[in-house]
Formats: sequence, C-alpha cells, structure tokens
Amino acid sequence: MKLSTRSRAVVLSTALASTLTLAACGAANESEGSSGGGSGSSAAELSGELVGVGATSQQSAMEAWQAGFEGEYPDVQFSYAPEGSGAGREQFVNGSADFAGSDAALDEEELTAAAERCGGGEVFELPNYISPIAVAFNLEGVDELNLSPATIAGIFSNTITTWNDPAIAAENPDATLPDTAITAVHRADDSGTTENFTDYLFQAAGDVWTSEPDGEWPLPGGESAQGTSGVIEVVTNTPGAITYADASRAGELGVAAVAVGGEFVAPSAEAAAAVVENSPAVEGRGEYDFAIEVNRLTEESGEYPIVLVSYHIGCIEYDDQAKADNVKAFMSYVISEDGQATASENAGNAEISDTLREQAQGAVDAITAAA
Amino acid sequence: MTATKAPIEPPSQQRTVRRPGDRLFSGAAKGSGIFILLVLAGVAAFLISEALPALTAPSEEIPGGEGLASYVGPLILGTLLGAVIALLVATPLAVGIALYVTYYAPRRIAAGMGYVIDLLAAIPSVVYGFWGIAVLAPQLVPFHQWLTDTLGFLPFFAGPASTSGRTMLTVGIVLGVMILPIISAISREVFSQAPALHREAALALGATRWEMIRMAVLPYGKSGVIAGAMLGLGRALGETMAVAIILSGGAGATLNVISNSNPSTIASNIALSFPEATGLDVNTLIASGLALFLITLVVNMLARWIVNRRADFSGAN
Repeated sequence: MKLSTRSRAVVLSTALASTLTLAACGAANESEGSSGGGSGSSAAELSGELVGVGATSQQSAMEAWQAGFEGEYPDVQFSYAPEGSGAGREQFVNGSADFAGSDAALDEEELTAAAERCGGGEVFELPNYISPIAVAFNLEGVDELNLSPATIAGIFSNTITTWNDPAIAAENPDATLPDTAITAVHRADDSGTTENFTDYLFQAAGDVWTSEPDGEWPLPGGESAQGTSGVIEVVTNTPGAITYADASRAGELGVAAVAVGGEFVAPSAEAAAAVVENSPAVEGRGEYDFAIEVNRLTEESGEYPIVLVSYHIGCIEYDDQAKADNVKAFMSYVISEDGQATASENAGNAEISDTLREQAQGAVDAITAAA
Repeated sequence: MTATKAPIEPPSQQRTVRRPGDRLFSGAAKGSGIFILLVLAGVAAFLISEALPALTAPSEEIPGGEGLASYVGPLILGTLLGAVIALLVATPLAVGIALYVTYYAPRRIAAGMGYVIDLLAAIPSVVYGFWGIAVLAPQLVPFHQWLTDTLGFLPFFAGPASTSGRTMLTVGIVLGVMILPIISAISREVFSQAPALHREAALALGATRWEMIRMAVLPYGKSGVIAGAMLGLGRALGETMAVAIILSGGAGATLNVISNSNPSTIASNIALSFPEATGLDVNTLIASGLALFLITLVVNMLARWIVNRRADFSGAN
C-alpha cells in the first residue's frame, strides 16, 4: 500500500511539474522523481477546501480519486456530493461548488452563466469518466449474442417478445435460441445510463425507437428495477431477461455484441475509449472545452458506441490561488495513468486514451488564479 | 397574573395548592403538546409551499407532460393497492396470531412467540427489500402464473403474469409481513384485556372456547384490531425502501397486480426520482408527497372515527 502511494506521488508531482506528454511522463515515473516547478505548488503547500458536486455515475470512481488525492494532499478538505448531474452544474455555476461532475456537457445558457462565474474566463469540460454500457442478458445456453441497434430497440420497446424471433435468429445463425419470452428490464430511477442508452437507440435505430433520449425511461410499463445492482439482480434471477448496465457489472450474464459498421463489437474499455476519442467535439466551444457528441453512428471497427461519458467541469481561472492549485492538482491526478487505473479498478470504467489525456493535460496546465 | 385574582377564580380551584413543580410540569407538558402541533404545521406548510409551483405550473411542464393529476394519479393508486393487499394479508394472520398467543398457546410458548413476532418489527425495511427481490419474488413466479390461469377473469389477475415476480402482489405480501407485528401486538393487548367476567360467563353457559372468543373476546377487541390495522396501514402507505427495491414500477394506472408493469407508489417514486431531480421535478415530487400526507391524514382520521364509534358499545369503557 505504501509503495503504491509513493509511486502515485511521483506521477503526481511529475504531472504537476512538467508539460511533458504523458507517454514521457510514464517513463519518467520509473527513472526520476522530479519536483518543484511551474505553478509553484508542491504537495506540502496545498491546503484549504475543494468541493465537487455532481453525477452519481462517477461516485465509485470519485471515491478512488478522493482516496488517492487525499493520500497526496492530506491538508486539502476534499468533498464530492453525488447529488446528480443537474445539481452539480447548477452549484458550479452559482459558485457553491469548485467543480462539477456531470453526465451532460453545459448547454448554451449554462455556458454563458459559467463563463460569468469564472470571471469572464474560459471553462474546462473534460470527459474524464468513460464507461461502456453493456446489453446483458440471462439466457440458458447462450453466452454471446450479436444484436443490431434495430433489434435492441425492438426488444426494449416490446415489439420483439421471444428469443427465437426471426430478427434475433437472423443475426445469430449459430446460436440455439429458445422460445422463452423476453423480459426487458429498465432502470426505475433517473439515470445517466438510461439517457445514454436511449440516446444510442434514438440515433442508431430511429425508425424503431422514436422516443427522445431521457434519463427516465420514456416508455410506459415494462419491467423496471432500482439502480445498476437492481437491474442486474433481476436479470440474474429471471430467465429470458435482458437489460442495459455498466459493462463492469454484467458479471456472469451474457453480453451482447453490437453491430458497428459491418461487424459486431463487444463492450470493452478500449472500444469505449476509442469511440470517445474519435467523436466530434461540440462546435463553438472554448479552447479548453472538450465537450463531445458521442458518435453513436460510428462505423469504425473496434469502436463501441454505447458509452456513458461523464465530465469534470471547472474554471480555467479561479479567484483564489489556493483554489486554483487544488483544482489543478486534483485534475492532474484524475487524468494521470495512476488516477485512471485506480478509478478503473474501483469502478470498472474505461481508462481514457493517451490522446484524451494529452488534451486534458493542456487544460489542466492552463488553470491559474486571477492576477 | 395580577395580585388580586382571588375573586375571579372559580371555586373549585381555590383549594388547589400549586407548588412550583406543578407549574413547571404543566408548562413543560403543555409546551411539548404545542411543539408537536407546530412541527406538524411546519411540515404541512413546507409541503404546501414547495408543492405550490407544481400545482400552478402548466401541465406540459410536469414530468410526463400531461399534468399533475395524471402524474400523481397512478402513484396514489399504486400506494393504495399495495397497502390494501398488505392489510388483507396481515389482518387475518395477525388476529389469528394474537388469539393463539393469548388464549390457545401454553404460557411458556406464548411469551416466546410474542417476543419473536415483535422481532419482525425490528428488521430494517431494506432487508425486507432484499429478501423480497432475491427470495420471495422468484418463488412466487409460478403462483402468479397459476393466478392468471385460474382467476384471470378478475381484473386484478388479468396478466400476463410477470416473469420476475416483482409485482404489486409480491410487494403487498412483503408489506403484510412488515405490518404484521404492529397489528398483532395491539390485537394481543386488547384481547388479553377482555373482561374475565364475560369470558367466564360465556364458558359457564356452555360455550366452547371458539364460541367464548366469538362472543366475549372479539366484540370487545374489535376496535383495538381496527386501530392496529390502521396503524399498520399507515406504515404500509409510507413504506419506501422495500417497495423501491422490489417493485417493477413506473407504469400507468392499472388494477392488474400480477404483471410486470405496475404503478409505482408515492414514497418509492420519490426515493427513486429525487436524487437526479432538479427544478420543477422536485416540486412535483413534493406535491406527490403532499398527496401521501393527506391520504395518511384521512386514513388516521377514519381510524379514529371508527374506533370512537365502536367504543361506545364494545364495552371497552
């Protein structure tokens, strides 16, 4: 335990001190323990408060980040209140939170307000938490299935009701499909997972799935359960059930590969990071605003389009030096290889790619206090 | 008070000696009484003021887009359905348990049994929730199928039967187990207070034990059983965690209690939706909470009225 803390310290101070690309940073990790540097802050000097509010999706990752961060900077009072994405953005904009965790990027109106809160300066939005959403099912004798977006939409809108439906059979010529009834299970609570999943269905299977993306399940009726653990529990206990959930939580259940271009791609950390990396940025945003529109229609091989992306939103310029240093140190840790690995171990999310890390590092390096 | 108070005082109080302890105690007691009323009034005021934006908002802004009534309506129906099933399950069982413990069981067993039943009340509702979703619901799947096969002509069992068992019926049964100790504790208490004279008279006239219970104990204990049932109903109406875990909710209004589309209940819907709710959504949830507040108020007043009405000729006084 001690060993890992020490190596984390090295990564952190290196990240703070240099603007090296992270590939170089990883190498520096082993060889040198450089210190001191640009922002003038080192581990011992940081103190004060750092308040984050936002998405519940990030909660377990945030616990890992908090533990790692507090290990480095014991004098900083860190807190993250998982009150929801909307609350996070609201409290960041009105100044009661230093940064927000949010499953959605700021909209135009919020962006204007946020710029005002940041003293007219830039706002950073970093896609630091990426999590593939798996379509998981419980079907005896079947571990893998290939499903096209239209078929998934049909299953979840209850137009495909048995497992041996011709639509499923056509995509899985090799599987022995029983005539079991399909029980499609959705989340009962308002959730970013639902919002991303319905967004995927809406974009990729628009003729079958006509409801607008929403955090609350838009269709009436059907089987529902509370939280990720709830839907997984129900699917595990119910033969013929299918749901969508954080890929890391699918456990023993069968996981569907989703049609992308001409092939079928199963959820994986790499495939999720890849689609985020290659998704177009939201247009008309600031230099350090990396809000993206996840490319649900991707046809690239090796990209998995059903992902949840959660942002960290903060200011490039803070009023107060201590605050700026704290945010900078925390974000540096979050995007570091070590920070991402720790979070991934705890929460099962996908680690961000080097390209994403590089662009985030640019924003983190730019964080300063107002003169 | 003025110094010349003696002439105004009613004669009965002239002889009462009032020591400081008396004043202090009556003041403290009065204060406590007023305080609880203030708390209640405060809660009501909070609910009303926070619900007001949702009550006055245009109907398309309410979640669901069809107005407050169509949002809260199915929730009220779900709440009442679950609670009524719970009462139907729990009341007969609780009366049976109470009668067994007070009149049938050997004394040693009776004491132990009362204790064990009271323990049911100490189990946290979240544990009931896990038990319901992991054990009871899967076990009840064949029962659901049987209900819709044999009693499918009733709207309650119209089906199609749920494949997971997480239905309003299962929720009602779990809630029934949860309120069982409340009803049985109160029933036990009143049954054991049935006047010995009445009981012995019944037996002396040649009544069997069942006839004695029917003629001397049940009429006497009726109001107590009703009071217990209403207390239990209050708990069933407001139960949150267990319902949120077990019920596959979120559907519109339906009387069908065995399909996988059930209306949610008010309390569980608040618990599930509140964490991510902002703005008007919060007001809408609080408005549904106000509805629950009013329902429990009505239930309690009804219970009070029934108990008072029966009290006159039950022999309880």
